[in-house]
Order: sequence, then C-alpha cells, then structure tokens
Amino acid sequence: MMRNLFVAAACTLLLVAANPVKNGYEVGDKVADFKLKNVDGKMVSLTDYRNAKGVIVIFDCNTCPYSKAYNERIMSLNKKYAAQGFPVVAIQPNDPAISPGDSFDEMQKLAQKKGYDFPYLFDETQVVSKSFGATNTPHVFLLKKEGADFKVAYIGAIDDNAKDASAVTKRYVEDAIEALKSGNAVPTNQTKAIGCTIKWKNA
Amino acid sequence: MNYLPAIVFAFLACVPTSAQEAKIIRLSQLQEMMAKQSDHIKVINFWATWCAPCVKEIPLFEKLNRERTDVKVTLVSLDLDLDPNPEKVYRFISRKNLQSEVVLLDEKDPNSYIDRIDKNWSGALPATLIINGRTGKRKFVEKELHDGDLEKLIAEIQ
Repeated sequence: MMRNLFVAAACTLLLVAANPVKNGYEVGDKVADFKLKNVDGKMVSLTDYRNAKGVIVIFDCNTCPYSKAYNERIMSLNKKYAAQGFPVVAIQPNDPAISPGDSFDEMQKLAQKKGYDFPYLFDETQVVSKSFGATNTPHVFLLKKEGADFKVAYIGAIDDNAKDASAVTKRYVEDAIEALKSGNAVPTNQTKAIGCTIKWKNA
Repeated sequence: MNYLPAIVFAFLACVPTSAQEAKIIRLSQLQEMMAKQSDHIKVINFWATWCAPCVKEIPLFEKLNRERTDVKVTLVSLDLDLDPNPEKVYRFISRKNLQSEVVLLDEKDPNSYIDRIDKNWSGALPATLIINGRTGKRKFVEKELHDGDLEKLIAEIQ
C-alpha cells in the first residue's frame, strides 16, 4: 500500500516535471477560434473559413526586414493556394507603442500599397499571438481542417533561404500543403528561422 | 641624428585605436568557442544591425566587457543570413567603436543550426547565451536585456 502510494507520488512528480507550462500550440493541437479586425475595418474569424481545407496563418508585420524579404513570397502563397482551399490569413502581433511602423494605420497603408488579397489582421491585445505561441515574424502556422476543427499541421518558416528566393532548396510550407492535399504526412512539420522577435507590450 | 623612430612612434601614438577586424566564422568555429574550457564566463550575444532591440542593448555588453575581467563577451552578428555583404556590420563596429569581440556567422539553413546553438532558441533576435567556461553550465535567454540583467544571469551560473 505504502509502496504503491510512493510509486504514484513519484509518477506524479515525473509527469509534472515532464510537462512544463506549454507556450502555445504544437503540431496536432486543435486551434481555438479567434476574431480580429482586418485592415478593411471588418472582423475576421477562423470560423469564416469553415469551407476551406486549411488556412495558412502567418504572424507578420510591416517593419521587420524578414517580413519585407518574404512579402512577395507570402503574396504568392495566397495566389497559388487560396484557390486550392488554403488561403493566407496574416496577423500583425507587434505593439505599435514599441514599433510605431506597425500601427493599424500603417498596416492599412501597406496592405493597400501591396494590394493584399488576403486579410491582414491586427492582434491589438496580443492574446491570439500568445495563444498560438508565435515568437517571430514571419512565423507560419499551417492549419488543416479536420471535421469541424482546425488542427496545426506545420509550424515555422516559409522556406530555408530568407535572403534569396531563387536559392531556396526547401519550401517547407508548400511541401506541407502538397502533403495535406494528397493525404500524406507533412514531411517536415516544424522548423526554425532567424527572425525579428515579436514586440510584446511592456508588462 | 636619426629622428625617424621617434617620428614613427609619435605618429602611431596619435592614431586613434582602430576598429577591430570582425571575423566571418562558420557554425563549427562557434561551437568550438562555446565548448572550449576556459576560466572565463562566456557571454555570447546573437544580434543584427537591423534589429532595434539588439542595437539598444549592445551598450550593456560593452559595459560588461569593460568592467569584468572574468567575462569574455562575443557579439555574434546574424546579418549575413539576410544580406551577403558584411560592410554594414563593419561600418556599425567602427561607428560605435565596439570593443567587445564581434564575429559574423556565415551559415546556410538556419533550421539545422539554430538547435545546435541552443534548443530553447526560436531563432528570434536578440538572444543571449551565457556559459561558465569551467563547469559548462549555461543559461539562454531570448529577449531584450536591461540594466542589471546580465549580472543576474551570470550569477546564476557561477
């Protein structure tokens, strides 16, 4: 009896130690619905995409040089995959008090100048960015529709070469979408890249 | 009488301390530096000239480098990941007259090397790794540091 109790206590301790507080979604996790304001003033939520096969959620901003380097590639992703059931939804997570170039006004200007044909949402409270566990910009969370739910299929970078789109050897996001379309497992479901840290509000 | 040595000496003495020559290194060289036994506390900061919070915190590393003889500061620039030309970094070093050692990491495929520097690193800048050269004990932080933070982090691995 005492021994069993001891074993149970030890297991509990092990479980607690092995499960640190989770920082955001992991691949396979179900994504909670969110609702954020788009640059056109209208609210956009994940449930608006209930008829899509998936959504390419990209935490992105105006000011980060990596966002600038990937801007054309992000627009191309939407052009190529929206029609195939995987549209882009961009979310701007930075606090404009720290990064004035990422204000809602500046977001509207960029979206208009570039002719964004996908939502560019402002996460003013940063709650959505935190719940995803976004760390940098641009940071991709590819979601796939499973029944009524959206689940995370890939987290990370768009590809493996920020400075030169023509020298890319691994197209992580495209490869993941192609795998989902053909019902295969995503070949690389998590990657890391150098990037700008998200400008969180001062606590 | 030959005044030449005196003239040369006087001339050299008047030349201000020139900016350092920052080396371009590969991941293997960085790993060697991280792993090498030493009596120093190694403070390795990952930064880039385009990264505003990085540039803001650099004076803290310069101060640490100046004041602590038991600490070896290395500023690892990641600028080459986005721009193949190192000139911008060289200009930054001379403009700020950086005294801490600066190196530029030249490596392809960030996804493969970020984890080899530290598993807890997402790849976002700035990030700082502190290693006790004697015990190998390490501390990694991925955020902008403020006055006093570095001293606290160092104390945690001493």
